[in-house]
Amino acid sequence: MKTFVCIKYVPDTSEAVVKINAGGTAVDSSRFSFDINDADNYAVEEAVLIKEKCGGTVTVLSIGPKESEVMIRMALAKGCDDAIRIEDERIALYDPLMVAKTLAGAIKGQEFDLVLTGCMASDDGQMATGVALAEYLGVPHAAMVKKVEMLDGKVKVQRELEGGLMEVLELELPAVLTIQTGINEPRYAPIRGIRAAQKKELKLVNLDDLGLAASEVDSSASKIVLEKLYIPEVASTAEVIEGSDADEKAEKLASILVKGGLV
Amino acid sequence: MGNVLILAEHRQGAVRDITFEMLAAASGVARDLGGEVVVLLPGSGLDDLAAQIAAYGVKVLVVDDPLLANFNAEKYQLVLGAAIDAYKPSLVMVGHTAQGVDLAPALAVEKDLPFVADVIGLAVEGGVLKATRQLYSGKVNAQVAFKPAETCLVTVREAAFEALEPPGGGAVEKIECPLKEDIAYRQFVEYIEAEVGDVDITQSEILVAVGRGLREEKNMPLVEELAAVIKADLCGSRAAVDAGWLPHDRQVGTSGKTVKPKLYLAVGISGAFQHVAGMKGAKAVVAINKDPDAPIFNVAHYAIVDDLLKVVPKLTEKLKELKG
Repeated sequence: MKTFVCIKYVPDTSEAVVKINAGGTAVDSSRFSFDINDADNYAVEEAVLIKEKCGGTVTVLSIGPKESEVMIRMALAKGCDDAIRIEDERIALYDPLMVAKTLAGAIKGQEFDLVLTGCMASDDGQMATGVALAEYLGVPHAAMVKKVEMLDGKVKVQRELEGGLMEVLELELPAVLTIQTGINEPRYAPIRGIRAAQKKELKLVNLDDLGLAASEVDSSASKIVLEKLYIPEVASTAEVIEGSDADEKAEKLASILVKGGLV
Repeated sequence: MGNVLILAEHRQGAVRDITFEMLAAASGVARDLGGEVVVLLPGSGLDDLAAQIAAYGVKVLVVDDPLLANFNAEKYQLVLGAAIDAYKPSLVMVGHTAQGVDLAPALAVEKDLPFVADVIGLAVEGGVLKATRQLYSGKVNAQVAFKPAETCLVTVREAAFEALEPPGGGAVEKIECPLKEDIAYRQFVEYIEAEVGDVDITQSEILVAVGRGLREEKNMPLVEELAAVIKADLCGSRAAVDAGWLPHDRQVGTSGKTVKPKLYLAVGISGAFQHVAGMKGAKAVVAINKDPDAPIFNVAHYAIVDDLLKVVPKLTEKLKELKG
């Protein structure tokens, strides 16, 4: 079993104030902490679980800066075997189709059974890269996968639909699966694994190494133009409960809830 | 030319709301593009569904074939691709749903279409089609323009557009299924219904909802005590369920339950649109979050911007005192 797992290095903006640069073209990410995308973390775990059950190897694939090697080493420490980091400023990263085409360029020509990706990146939230990647590779796919069972020459999966409904389907291998969060319990990297990861191969490549022309994946190849980014106007009509400290705010809220007959 | 083609979405014999929401989103765009709205309805045994959609005053192209009985992204891609070839719409709309995200990106690659996912707004400016979408869980909006192309493709966010009343007067036209035999490489097996838990949160009067902001499972007693004092049931965001703090049947949002309590107390929930879609029907929403920019505050009636680990114990204590 040969598996590729594609992961993305994303900023944690869950409790951060997001600011846009003056030109409205980029988010100022200098103050954010970065780590593996949430869904991709589950994809790494699923790839390692499949390897532990069926044997074979797992190759980590990521497009990202030098700093993202910390994240890649962590995936290697959890049991992935080797890694390819793609860095090339010419790739139109705002367009998931260009990202998918680049990833396909790194996989094409190699034998593989499975490619796993997270089903959604927490920054762009397009849910498009994995499914587009399957089409570039010319293999079947399933998106938002919540359960994986390897069969002979096939994979049986459960896809998460709305309202908790699951769709069970079978795909012929090779195939691409986009993994939904909650499919497993991502492990912590063992100390021994962290040491071993330092010796595993982490190859750095650019578009030329992948045999891709810049004009295939750059902003001229992309069929969309990211015109501007802006902070949406807040439509909040919430009454913000003020107070000198958390206690005072909590007490005021308790009074409002009781007086308003809400509790 | 100038037409907008909508891929109707249905499951287990019912049209899904996103279909009607896309009809609302499409009408203005079709007018600005100088075309009309046409709906493609693939499936099997579709007469009732076709009539229901046609009532919105649009032409429904029905591809009725036993091979299309259940959604299959690969088969639907063939059917939608054939319809694009035949009708050359200027814009194709697919729901940003479990069906749509499994289909649209592959179609975009196959047909070489400009593609924007999860749009919440569409406009035609100076003859150029533009889409609005969100990044960073709704903290940033992006305006994206499509480069000139015969056909563009979008997936449309659920509940981003409000469905209109059907004016009636549409038409149904049956077209041939381009798929002649079954495909082996992807086969539908079955649906598995959602598990039923001990409490049906869709019927709860008061809900205390927890999210990632709770940080650790060992903090769960804080919200359990709060819930006990106000006789609330506990529910949570995807993050809380993924972390194992709550069982799956307590998840609120698109992939979980849709709830309508009289009070929804959101503790440490950021308010991603997938979550908000499941709770915006609550009569009163209280949000406690230390991030002042958390999107949950956009749907809240009362807001506390502070550390929930400090607020919740005090809130519980004070409520206990006031309620005697």
